[in-house]
Amino acid sequence: MTTLQKVQDIQETDVEIGESRLGKILFYLVLILFALFFVLPLLWMVVTAFKPFEEWLTPNWIPVNPTLENFTSIFNDKSLPVVNWFLNSLLIASLFTLVILIIDSLAGYAYARLEFPGKNLLFGLMLATLVMPGIMFLIPNYLTVARLGWIGSIQGVIVPGFAGVFGVFFMRQFFQSLPKELEEAAYIDGASVWRTFFSVILPLSKGPLITLGIITFLTSWNDFLWPLLILGGDRQELTLPVGLATLQGQYTFDYGKLMAGALVLTIPVLILYAVFQRYIIRSISMTGIKG
Amino acid sequence: MATTNVESINVSAGTAARKKKNVSIVPYLFIAPHLIFFTAFLAWPFIYGFYISLFRFDFLQPNNRPFVGLRNYANLFDPGSVQFPKFWNALGNTAEFILWSVLPLVGIALVLAVLLNRNYPGRGLFRTIFFAPYALSVTVAAVLWWWIFQQTGIVNQALQLIGLSPVNWLGDLPGAWVAITICTVWWTIGFNTIILLTALQEIPKSLYEAASLDGANSRQQFFLITIPMLRSVLVFVLTITLIASANLFGQPYIMTAGGPADGTQTVIYRIFFEGMLRGQMGTAAAMSIFVALLLLVLTYLNFKFFGQTEQQ
Repeated sequence: MTTLQKVQDIQETDVEIGESRLGKILFYLVLILFALFFVLPLLWMVVTAFKPFEEWLTPNWIPVNPTLENFTSIFNDKSLPVVNWFLNSLLIASLFTLVILIIDSLAGYAYARLEFPGKNLLFGLMLATLVMPGIMFLIPNYLTVARLGWIGSIQGVIVPGFAGVFGVFFMRQFFQSLPKELEEAAYIDGASVWRTFFSVILPLSKGPLITLGIITFLTSWNDFLWPLLILGGDRQELTLPVGLATLQGQYTFDYGKLMAGALVLTIPVLILYAVFQRYIIRSISMTGIKG
Repeated sequence: MATTNVESINVSAGTAARKKKNVSIVPYLFIAPHLIFFTAFLAWPFIYGFYISLFRFDFLQPNNRPFVGLRNYANLFDPGSVQFPKFWNALGNTAEFILWSVLPLVGIALVLAVLLNRNYPGRGLFRTIFFAPYALSVTVAAVLWWWIFQQTGIVNQALQLIGLSPVNWLGDLPGAWVAITICTVWWTIGFNTIILLTALQEIPKSLYEAASLDGANSRQQFFLITIPMLRSVLVFVLTITLIASANLFGQPYIMTAGGPADGTQTVIYRIFFEGMLRGQMGTAAAMSIFVALLLLVLTYLNFKFFGQTEQQ
């Protein structure tokens, strides 16, 4: 018995020593190489954004004469209202997120907990659209938005997205995980379905709502093809991602200005990411579990 | 006392039940806000898209949109039609990008997930770093890598530093695909990594303990436990990666404008061009539906092929 334990101990320590020397160094080396692949391009963006014109094409990783002129010149160019674009993006993403949280938590709750004729049919239809490639909806939705007179408007950008089913599934999945006793107790106390939802269920849903809110905000903030279609014609009213593409068309080889624009677009997202990383990652893990 | 309690419970349970039956409109009020948008922008366009595809539907000629039956679809298979050469070129390009991108997007994600699944100091930091680019807009990712792969860019400067001649990455094939693929891997691989990492963490540790007691080394454990346990998640990741790659648009739009000589013009790019720039909504809708069908078949085959081996 004791000898057997000893043998095991020795084997275990053997393995650890073997791994701790060469294995650990190799392991960290691989990790660091990957990390560099992800970080260096971002760093290069920052470095270029702070370089004066003469230095753009030099391989220096530290600008010799760092400058803010790239930022000031894109912010002062009246034909490229970056501030407008920023506010537009903020408004669009915030409004979109707010509405999605409201309508998707309401619908998610009904599909999770309430009984009504047609529920399975409707839910099946929603499931089916999840499989449908998004490209099918692009042309007809563009025509619908055009008929509503919404081309070039904020409604045109955000309203079609309210149809999305991801948030409904996401909230439904959460509501299903809550114990039924919560509602039963509320009903016995005479609370209506509405009251139960707003004063019992919603206060318990902060975590999922934040998660869905962050992922929805990011998706909207970063969206490109749809706002390009809807807003592409009017330079004053673009979103930042579409604006940056316009910037590239305008400034083709003004790399410093382009990288300054890209940095303006990146900073809010990275802050959001740094603060809410846990929520974003959790929502993605849930996508995987669902699949 | 006891009886009154029971009675009151019965009564309130009764009213609750009655309430539910009487106010059965309530659930519909819960779903209505979403359902209205769902109907208008997901259910209706499904039908409307088919309808449009049966007309010669020129956006700029609202009074001249004759019914053409299945002509728009037939044109996609008629080598003499205007659409044929560019559409099939775009389909071919999309297939080529799928070949370039799917293996690294799934393979490297698996490597990263395995690296992140161990316990070591700094693990959280590495996870944050690997995932960060995914939070960016496609425009940022594409403009950034467009700059990196410029002829005067840092990649070519590095090549010259080690004595190699510079490459016209974005103006030549396959250089443009290399640049677009690296950009895409950099931008999106965090998503696949997180999904695979989550799945890895759900594999019971006891399996590995049992295997190592039986004398299985770490490579055997990887191929005999990790891969089989991950199989269904891998099929899922493979499928969403295929679909995402088939939807490639922003990267070539920004990095190459579909060039050189339409060499990176993808099928979404083509539909965008046909519908939005040429205003031919009918043919663009037909293309969309054809591509959607292809994607559905691809998804189905993927699940059938890999899903079945899972059961054996």
